[in-house]
Amino acid sequence: MPELLKADGVRVRFRTSGLVNALLKGIADPYIDAVMRVSFGLRQGETFGLVGESGSGKTTLGRAIIGLARAQEGSIAFEGQELVGLKDAQYRGVRRNIAMMFQDPIASLSPRKTVRNAIAEPFRIHGIAKDLGEEARRLLRLVGLHEGFLGAYPHQLSGGQARRVGVARALALEPRVIIADEPTAGLDVSVQGEILNLMNRLQRELGLSYLIITHNLPVVRHVSDRLAIMYLGRFVETGATKDIFAKPAHPYTLGLLAAVPEPDPDKRRDKLELEGEIPSLMNRPRGCEFHTRCPFAQAKCRETAPEHRKVAEGRWASCHYPFPDPADARPVGPAAA
Amino acid sequence: MTAFRSSDPLTRRRLSNFRANRRGYWSFWAFLVLFLVTLPAELIANDKPLLVRYDGGLYAPFLVAYPETAFDGDFETEADYRDPFVQDLIAGKDGWIVWPLIPYSYRTINYDLPTPAPSPPTAENWLGTDDQGRDVAARLIYGFRISVLFGLALTLASSVIGIAAGAVQGYYGGWIDLLAQRALEVWGGVPVLYILIILASVIIPSFWTLLGLMVLFSWTALVGLVRAEFLRTRNFDYVRAARALGVTDRVIMARHVLPNAMVSTLTFLPFILNGSVTTLTALDFLGFGLPPGSPSLGELLNQGRNNLQAPWLGFSGFVVVAAMLSLLTFIGEAVRDAFDPRKMPS
Repeated sequence: MPELLKADGVRVRFRTSGLVNALLKGIADPYIDAVMRVSFGLRQGETFGLVGESGSGKTTLGRAIIGLARAQEGSIAFEGQELVGLKDAQYRGVRRNIAMMFQDPIASLSPRKTVRNAIAEPFRIHGIAKDLGEEARRLLRLVGLHEGFLGAYPHQLSGGQARRVGVARALALEPRVIIADEPTAGLDVSVQGEILNLMNRLQRELGLSYLIITHNLPVVRHVSDRLAIMYLGRFVETGATKDIFAKPAHPYTLGLLAAVPEPDPDKRRDKLELEGEIPSLMNRPRGCEFHTRCPFAQAKCRETAPEHRKVAEGRWASCHYPFPDPADARPVGPAAA
Repeated sequence: MTAFRSSDPLTRRRLSNFRANRRGYWSFWAFLVLFLVTLPAELIANDKPLLVRYDGGLYAPFLVAYPETAFDGDFETEADYRDPFVQDLIAGKDGWIVWPLIPYSYRTINYDLPTPAPSPPTAENWLGTDDQGRDVAARLIYGFRISVLFGLALTLASSVIGIAAGAVQGYYGGWIDLLAQRALEVWGGVPVLYILIILASVIIPSFWTLLGLMVLFSWTALVGLVRAEFLRTRNFDYVRAARALGVTDRVIMARHVLPNAMVSTLTFLPFILNGSVTTLTALDFLGFGLPPGSPSLGELLNQGRNNLQAPWLGFSGFVVVAAMLSLLTFIGEAVRDAFDPRKMPS
């Protein structure tokens, strides 16, 4: 199946200090790599999860795809069209096909615009002359909001309502791909469920592809077909969601999974506690970048960085000593891989 | 749902906050009345009648210049209705004349004064005349109007330029911001008064050239404020969201960021207006302002200083300037209260 959206070796760098300052202070490389050469593909109708701690670069990767951050290296292609290096005006066409939902649903709505204006805005930008009022009502119905909200201002909405407005706005131009940055952040569990079910329903009805960016493992487990675990801007493990949850190959993944509270006391796994903090991007560890926190680190880990290599069918991991072939442990589920 | 349908609750809260400041609220109405009354100054103080009835016909001399021959006079030039000869001509044909409240314009010279000019207040000249025999009350009305209009025009022009400059700097940031800020610092170091004095000695400024000259230096007032607001707002999620939707920079600045920056800007406007009026008065006082003969409050104050034996000049000028500036300051305070997010209506 052809990939709708394909990222290949994407690298996003930010400058940490002015060039003059860097020269004066003798900083050889005044850049940090927020996203370090990552590759993945998103297929039609699929949900791909990007998981990682704060500062792992997952949001930056999402922004690079929509063109809010600039990718310095690599390629991002949508249906074969290269997006890296496109000018703003050229990007506009792409933005009809790729929409983004932002982390903070209320903050992503302009505080002085009504819901009706916020939803109708995409049509105006792209010069699509339609009955904007009717379109706004249709979109609100689609996301399950009463049309009485059309005249409301963002501060009058609850988190869940604002999130639904965000979904409606993302859907306005009938995009093929939606990048959802923390779609459940700031919502209580029952509302989280409602939003995820809404997104699932819309995916089935409209054939959408999702790129879900989150640190919430139960959420990706619930909605995503495949996922990538990010650490310091790199993918440490990629594969089908079911396989990764069943049998993680990378110690970091194991640590993340172990950190999820398990309600059933009989099922509690052996806890693997990750110690320490995520290292600074300005000062990346040598060798395998996870070795500072890895309980299984060996001498080799401190010296050479591992490749992101295939460890089983449809599974990749960046580790010298991945856990024994995860596919052997139990039968592979009906993975999308 | 009902709450959503009525007008914006924020606007309502602001209005009620504005009203809660009684002093500012009544100052606003007082200023508005003064402004609206003096705006058609030609109808209140004029040496041309509002309406003349002559030989069965109606004339509106304050609008149209009629030659004296229209009233069977001798000259082809415009009729001088203050001339008893012309008044007799009109009365001679069953006519009548409706005069404005004050039958003097700002430049009408009263030639039959009981005492040499400046002459003290009389029933004819309520606030006396200035040292050239012109009616002070009429000059105050015209002077108030030109001060306010000049202040409003200067405030509007410098706000538009300043907001645009601040918006561009704050929104783009980086090198644009850095260079523009340094340029502003240099520009702000120019001694405005000396430049105006030098220029006033080369050209005699008219209302518009003076406005242009002042805008040149006053537009910087709002730049810093607007720039700071834009710097703060440009990385908010809703701005990013708009950019991700493909909104152009110009539209983001105008429709998404500016409305949020306007709150702090609006709070400043009455005070900028106040400053503009003060500057004009000061320049007129020094003689570098509006062209000679213009009805200006600063020029009246200067006359008051030169004619201490005629205190009605200084006093009337002072009262009008002080009242106008106080009203504007009180209004500014009420506007500030209205936009204060912490202040809840009582």
